[in-house]
Amino acid sequence: MATLILNHLSKAYDGGRAAVNGVSLTVRDGGFLALLGPSGCGKTTLLRMIAGFEQPSDGSIVLGERVISTAEGVLPPERRNMAMVFQSYALWPHMTVAQNVGYPLKLRGVKGENLRRKTMEALDVVRLADLADRRPAALSGGQRQRVALARCLVTSPDVVLLDEPLANLDRHLRAAMEETFRDFHARSGATMIYVTHDQAEAMALATEIAVMSEGRFLQVAPPNEIYAHPEGRVVGGLIGQGTILSLPVGEGRERSLDRAACHALLLGEAGGSLCDVLIRPEHVRPAVDGIALQVRECVFTGERHALTLARADGSLLKAFSAERLAPGSMAVFSVERGWRL
Amino acid sequence: MRRLPNANSQPGWLFPTVFLVILLLSAVPLGRLAYAGLAATFRSGLPPVLFETGTWRAFANTLSTSVLGMFVSVALGVAFALATSLTDIRRKRLLGFAFMLPMMVPPQITALAWVEMSGPASPLLKTLGIAPPLGTPQPLYSIGGIALLLGVQHAPLVFLAMQAGLSAIPRDGIEAARLSGAAPRRVLRDIVLPLALPGLIAGASIAFVSGVGNFGIPAILGIPASILTLPTLVYSRLASFGSQTFADLAALSLLMAVICAAGLAVQQRALSGRDYRTIGLSGTSPVFSLGPWRAPVEVALWLVLFLILAAPFAALVASSLVPAYGVPLNAETVSLRAYGEILFRQSVTVTAFGNSAFLATAAALGLLVLSFATAYLLLHRKGPAMAFLLVLIEIPYALPGIVLAVAFILLFAAPLPVLGFSLYGTIWIILIAYLSSFFAVSLKPVLSAFRQIDPALEEAARLSGAGLARRMRDVLLPIMAPAAGASVVLVFLIACNELTVSALLWSAGTQTLGVAIFNLDDSGSSDLASALSVLVVAMIVALMALLEVLARYLPDGVLPWRR
Repeated sequence: MATLILNHLSKAYDGGRAAVNGVSLTVRDGGFLALLGPSGCGKTTLLRMIAGFEQPSDGSIVLGERVISTAEGVLPPERRNMAMVFQSYALWPHMTVAQNVGYPLKLRGVKGENLRRKTMEALDVVRLADLADRRPAALSGGQRQRVALARCLVTSPDVVLLDEPLANLDRHLRAAMEETFRDFHARSGATMIYVTHDQAEAMALATEIAVMSEGRFLQVAPPNEIYAHPEGRVVGGLIGQGTILSLPVGEGRERSLDRAACHALLLGEAGGSLCDVLIRPEHVRPAVDGIALQVRECVFTGERHALTLARADGSLLKAFSAERLAPGSMAVFSVERGWRL
Repeated sequence: MRRLPNANSQPGWLFPTVFLVILLLSAVPLGRLAYAGLAATFRSGLPPVLFETGTWRAFANTLSTSVLGMFVSVALGVAFALATSLTDIRRKRLLGFAFMLPMMVPPQITALAWVEMSGPASPLLKTLGIAPPLGTPQPLYSIGGIALLLGVQHAPLVFLAMQAGLSAIPRDGIEAARLSGAAPRRVLRDIVLPLALPGLIAGASIAFVSGVGNFGIPAILGIPASILTLPTLVYSRLASFGSQTFADLAALSLLMAVICAAGLAVQQRALSGRDYRTIGLSGTSPVFSLGPWRAPVEVALWLVLFLILAAPFAALVASSLVPAYGVPLNAETVSLRAYGEILFRQSVTVTAFGNSAFLATAAALGLLVLSFATAYLLLHRKGPAMAFLLVLIEIPYALPGIVLAVAFILLFAAPLPVLGFSLYGTIWIILIAYLSSFFAVSLKPVLSAFRQIDPALEEAARLSGAGLARRMRDVLLPIMAPAAGASVVLVFLIACNELTVSALLWSAGTQTLGVAIFNLDDSGSSDLASALSVLVVAMIVALMALLEVLARYLPDGVLPWRR
């Protein structure tokens, strides 16, 4: 087990466009990092550099005491003691479930009873011991995913890489698999790096989230911190379902805005220069006194209603409500909190 | 710290090795051929062979037989492709498979079978009592006969190209035309035929080029009647070995290469601006219902198959069972003597079986290794060098076999430098020419299977800790097994039946099956030639059936007789 350090890492392809552009990061031993960003932001390239499939064009990767990738050369993937869950699962179709899972052990010289026992242990963790003799083609998507995970866990790798592992699963399976991943991380204590474009997945799983856009890190922070205090419009828009309003913020330097400050800003009382303010829907509630807003839309989502509200100048806010409010009507809301981006 | 390697998955020696082998198999012999032609020209002007009337008569014969043959191929191929792709006739798959058979049967056997089917000495016609009187000329020993057989032999090429084009036509596109108000005939004219045109042009030009390079048919039909085409002219020139021979051979080969290149250039021109790669659902379900015409169309198609397939083969079998030339076949005359002769008594045929088996096996296995390494490189490296490599592999396959054989004669006639002995006259020169000629055949299934494998499968093995040799053995080879099998059987099949290359390169003791059949027929032993041909055709059908069994596990387009 060791700390993984990315040092001003860049990857430019022959065309000159940089897929990854000077990113630096330290993932502590046993950490669970989510690389979050829209498709094409460079997160998969970064993951493949960590695995050793791609050579950086600048910078370096250090695992523990050892430099494993530089622009001059890379330690081959087969000698990195890493493991990866691929988006396509990458199960070998000609091997049984047990052979797939046991293959990394076999390469490390584990044989006979020992091999069988360790393989079955790994399959037990993902609750697939009954299917050990099946071939991958006979498994469902979720089961294949769990085989791929068992194959990762069988050798206690230093780093486990996960490339959008839930992208091909339906919604119910995703929830169950998230549970399995969390469990797996807690048990194995491995350093995990998880690539996803789904912010809910990242929040639910990671101890730290790195938001990526156009090859750079915009913010690296724990989930609750990144949710409460996002940096900049892109992160603010990507994480959660907030609304970003351009409001005059007056002289204040405080970034965390309480109820009074929010109301003052929304009523335009502060004056001064414009600034982006993020307001999350769960902080906008129907109230006795506060700000009058027009209900534009009211959509029933099951556990509550999702509202779209319009201010006098036409800019929109989102809110939740237990009661149905008629579209077109005026209602009074209190805005409990806001965050200056 | 020790310097770390680059993030390539292939070892450094792989690319130079493969590149060198391909250069030796392709660029070096072809370069030698071009050099021989040009050097002689610069030294003493154009080779005299280019000023002989015989050369230009052969040139005219080549052109006329190839062009006429192309029209026959197009007529047959288009009719069968339209019927099996677009209409509701029954037993389409069987019809298609049977129609593809002539392509896999060696041309000299096709020619032999047709000769045995027609003419005054045909045992089949004699048995049926409808043989023309003795002394009547054999109608196939003519330009028309050669063209007809070239047409039959290459019709499957047109069929395949057409069918590929027709199957890419989106069914919803046809349905949209119907809903727009077009009647079936109108849809055929306005939608189907324009979209199928690129396939037709491609198929026609392949048929033409194959006709130019064909040796077996003009050799069996043309040489007895002194009708020479360029390939048979080269063959007869080689027999009269003289001081000017090399320059003559080079000049004639280059002339043939020029005709082929011209044919392909015409194709390129006709195809430009016709890239109809279609989007949408392509369907295989019948589009046009023939109604009352279905039965007559079916009868017509099966009748054609009977004439071009069943009847010649029946004649071949009949000829192999009669005790002597010109005897009718009946219960008293039937004998298996010819089979006993070729299998056990004639040393020539026994040696030929051994030689062809060795050549086909060695070529198939050797090319499998080479194809594996090349396909692996092609997938992991990009750039102009790899594109160049692919072209180098394709050229020897596209060139007429005669041209390739001449190139290897020029290359290996002199003793090898340093080693001091000559490969010419040994079986090794044939093997090397086979490796060069069939590389593209072997590579295709392997490459398309490699392209279908999820690269993550290999990457997962790398992360598990497997080095190159280990991942080849444990992961890539097992997944590739069906394609590797197809590659081996295909090369074996084609190499076993090969005549053109070995006709020029064989010498006493190194004759192949193709050469043996040709020589037996040439020396008048048509019963032995027929018996050997029957055995070869039986082997072809058996190997094709084996591949059909494998077909389920193969990527599309690997088997030449299947889309």
